[in-house]
Amino acid sequence: MQSLTTPLLFVIALAVVGYFVAKARALQVAGGDIRTLVSLPRQHALNTALATLVPACAAVLLIALFSRITGTTPGWFFALVVLGLGITGFVLSLIGIKIEARARNYAERWIMGLLIFSSSIAIMTTVGIVFSMLFETFNFFGQYDWRDFFFSTTWSPNFRGNSELGILPLLWGTLYVSFIALLFAVPIGLFAAIYLSEYASPRFRSIAKPAIEILAGIPTIVYGLFALITVGPLLRDYFAEPMGLGQSASSVMTAGLVMGVMLIPFVSSLSDDIINAVPQAMRDGSLGLGATPSETIRQVVIPAALPGIVGAILLAASRAIGETMIVVLGAGAAARLSLNPFEAMTTVTVKIVSQLTGDTDFASPETLVAFALGLTLFVITLALNVFALYIVRKYREQYE
Amino acid sequence: MKSSLLVSDARTTKRNKAEARFKAFGLGAIAVAMLALVILLTSVIGNGASSFQQTYITLPVELSADRVDKKGNRDPVEMAKTTTIGYAPVLRDAIVAEVARLGLTTELSDKDLAEMISKEAAATVRDRVLGNPDLVGQTVTFDLLASGRIDGFFKGRVTMESAALDGNTSPDALMIAQAFADAGVMDTKFNWSFFTNPDASVQRPEAAGLGVAILGSLYMMLVVLFLALPIGVASSIYLEEFAPKNRITDVIEVNISNLAAVPSIVYGILGLAIFINFMEFNQSSPLVGGLVLTLMTLPTIIISTRAALKSVPPSIRDAALGVGASKMQSVFHHVLPLAAPGILTGTIIGLAQALGETAPLLLIGMVAFVREYPAAYTPEAGLFGEASTALPVQVFNWTQRSDPAFVERASGAIITLLVFLLIMNAVAIYLRRRFERRW
Amino acid sequence: MEDMTHVDRTMTTQQNIKISAKDVQVYYGNNHAIKDVNVEIEDKTVTAFIGPSGCGKSTFLRCINRMNDTIDVARVTGDIRIDGEDIYDPKVDPVQLRAKVGMVFQKPNPFPKSIYDNVAYGPKIHGLARNKTDLDEIVEKSLRKAALWNEAKDRLDSPGTGLSGGQQQRLCIARAIATAPEVLLMDEPCSALDPIATAQVEELIDELRQSFSVVIVTHSMQQAARVSQKTAFFHLGNLVEYDDTDKIFTNPQDPRTESYISGRIG
Repeated sequence: MQSLTTPLLFVIALAVVGYFVAKARALQVAGGDIRTLVSLPRQHALNTALATLVPACAAVLLIALFSRITGTTPGWFFALVVLGLGITGFVLSLIGIKIEARARNYAERWIMGLLIFSSSIAIMTTVGIVFSMLFETFNFFGQYDWRDFFFSTTWSPNFRGNSELGILPLLWGTLYVSFIALLFAVPIGLFAAIYLSEYASPRFRSIAKPAIEILAGIPTIVYGLFALITVGPLLRDYFAEPMGLGQSASSVMTAGLVMGVMLIPFVSSLSDDIINAVPQAMRDGSLGLGATPSETIRQVVIPAALPGIVGAILLAASRAIGETMIVVLGAGAAARLSLNPFEAMTTVTVKIVSQLTGDTDFASPETLVAFALGLTLFVITLALNVFALYIVRKYREQYE
Repeated sequence: MKSSLLVSDARTTKRNKAEARFKAFGLGAIAVAMLALVILLTSVIGNGASSFQQTYITLPVELSADRVDKKGNRDPVEMAKTTTIGYAPVLRDAIVAEVARLGLTTELSDKDLAEMISKEAAATVRDRVLGNPDLVGQTVTFDLLASGRIDGFFKGRVTMESAALDGNTSPDALMIAQAFADAGVMDTKFNWSFFTNPDASVQRPEAAGLGVAILGSLYMMLVVLFLALPIGVASSIYLEEFAPKNRITDVIEVNISNLAAVPSIVYGILGLAIFINFMEFNQSSPLVGGLVLTLMTLPTIIISTRAALKSVPPSIRDAALGVGASKMQSVFHHVLPLAAPGILTGTIIGLAQALGETAPLLLIGMVAFVREYPAAYTPEAGLFGEASTALPVQVFNWTQRSDPAFVERASGAIITLLVFLLIMNAVAIYLRRRFERRW
Repeated sequence: MEDMTHVDRTMTTQQNIKISAKDVQVYYGNNHAIKDVNVEIEDKTVTAFIGPSGCGKSTFLRCINRMNDTIDVARVTGDIRIDGEDIYDPKVDPVQLRAKVGMVFQKPNPFPKSIYDNVAYGPKIHGLARNKTDLDEIVEKSLRKAALWNEAKDRLDSPGTGLSGGQQQRLCIARAIATAPEVLLMDEPCSALDPIATAQVEELIDELRQSFSVVIVTHSMQQAARVSQKTAFFHLGNLVEYDDTDKIFTNPQDPRTESYISGRIG
């Protein structure tokens, strides 16, 4: 990488120089009268700068990638390639400056290339996510039987070997926490959305809606701390201990409640959009028959909005399943298959964090299991998202 | 048969009650949400506000040469051989002398008295002496950090009862502290060093600060801004203005909306596998953190940028094309400037989201304990390559420590983080209000 | 058909007053949408409100069953009485009022439910049926009255949104009459329909007159002439002229009415 810095800096300098040289040359070709030129000197200049810069930069990226894969440091040969590309672009574009040359089109072709490259980054991210996890997951399954991973009910990693790495208790914790979160967030979020879109005066709405959305802007670490120092001890002292259900401040209930609060604005703003998409004519029809607003909402608006609301709930579920900081700080670290919500349990995300922080050894199954967990998490949330986004899109098209 | 409108029949009365109930549920839901917000903020502020105050003790310290400069030649290199442990007796003598000067009597040993001063204080004194060797031999008055327990006493966290059970302090020490405070020797002041100090070890919460974390977060935000904004805008322009409507662009679209919903921790795994294990960038570096956050923020920025581009009416494009501009020129000269406020707003919101993100940063090693301020560039580590931490990760770090003083620090760090977010969102709202254009 | 309505018209002039409005004003925020409207609408009659778009005819119609209550900025003053009872009296429950004064809207708006459930919706919420048989009976009767029974009887369980535009509008009419209203308000009920569906609905309106007092807003003068016995002409929020339909169309008193009838304004 280091050996490419100098040629890269040189090419950048060359591009800057090229910009001014090309401008001067275009003027010279035109004999001082730019009206004779098909393209403005500015466009010739831009074309030269881009022709110098773009291929050389692309080469740098490719060489860096290549040397990473082969594990070598790029030698002087590659430095020459970068320099050569830069100089070639520089020279060719300067030679190309003629009266009738369409520099605007050439320059725009470079820009279009850059735009397309930028768009492909989104694709590359997805590919990167899938491959980074797939690769290590294969390594993991080379060392650990996949059946034990997916069907074992015991999770007890042991850094001296002989770990039992069953995902089931983690999945159970994840789903249990998410379930409680949704149990809390869906009714509240939905009712809040109904009130805001159907009852609230514009004034009330203009205050309450942003206030609820503040909850969405608060980072999850804040919720995590809230679970750790306030909600956890509160639930333990006033519910779990008096009822004899446990002594732990971190519990499924703690994490679930706090995550529920986090999801309220998510559910309510999605539902709000969806309820607002139900045509006013539908409400008028019901009100005109003498239905009360609540009858209208329950029997006409909600059934009409149901697919969209289901989509919103699925999106919220995907959020809950992938949430990390709240469960790291609120749910606990013990893998456990239990029904008692006041017991500490752990989730997939918690274990990804704990297996990948601290001393990690990328040859041991105890570390590699995190990638298998990550891939499982990714697949579950992706499936939920794709399905939910599909439902919501179909729903919107219905009323457009 | 004919009923009067002026009389409400039984069924209508019942239905109206159901209506009122339903409405009350709605209002109740909003009340619960608001209440949760209020409790959340009160809890955090209640726990953290005190971290902006810190207890200091003002002590005249005798810097005798035979203790701090054993060779006696005032050579800083030689003097540096005296470690902070060597300074401990100097401070012990200073506080014992102060107790004597004020005429206080106590059963505390000299060692116990010395423990009322933060372990950080020795380093403070040593740094001053090494910076100015002329001080040796003089008696200099220092404002030194009191220990975390003494600080906690003035903030109400430590009481006589709790101190009686505490191995790190005692009721006698608190009594001396009170006497010091009454004499004006001990005082609680605004804690500037909370924003500038680096993290401190488990034994000295009173010295822990956010300096490194703020710097690390700032570096990451710079990386995100300089990568995510141009890439996001460029890909939005392509997708919104140029892309042919075919299967590939469909895939990109679905892909982007899904990326926006991928759990953040997955981006951490990506960063660990690609940027650290494969590309071999430095662990814990703001560069890797910034790259991960860039990929995470991109979908947000793309979605809002596309919305902003979409809201510019086609007539503007037609007008530009009509005077002979190329499609590209019409976009860059006319559409983009008109969409700029919307793009900026979306970018700020994306940055705010990135600033508060914790989970992916844990996986790329930003939980490490970092005392050195990271440089933006060094020849060895490259650009933003030095180990660092970040604001939300610092919060997480402090929650993992047992001393309750760190809970105060963590909450204080959160208040700081929330203030930053508040400012960013306020700017975004201002921009939207100020430049919003209705077509 | 032209002859028949002509005979009816002369017969209905002596009917008693169902709705009477005095000095009605409507404001949308600062916009004075309806100014000093005074009108008396007769029972078992079709009354048409005509006028150029934006003249306030729909707004006034929506005052009669207080649908304007659902718009936050709308404010109504004055006095509207149905059978002598002030419908804006604080004691009046708009829910009860709307059961008595049904409404059919401009665009067919069937609920996303089955045809049966669409019609049964009103009777269910108002508790008009004691049991399932009762309800079946009401549904059938309403669909028959709306001339939809023959087309819909075999597909009562299929969604109402699957019907054609004209059928949907007749379903909405069936839905409205299922609650046994005394007044039926129709806000341009044919504007979204094709000519054949329009003819069917117009025929239906004429039959409905046997049981209800019908008030219809229309932008089509021909339609007003075809279906109504009384016509009110609105212009810029004012009720300009109100009289027997044939009189309005043959011998208008006000020059503005005349201009509108002859196509010079509107």
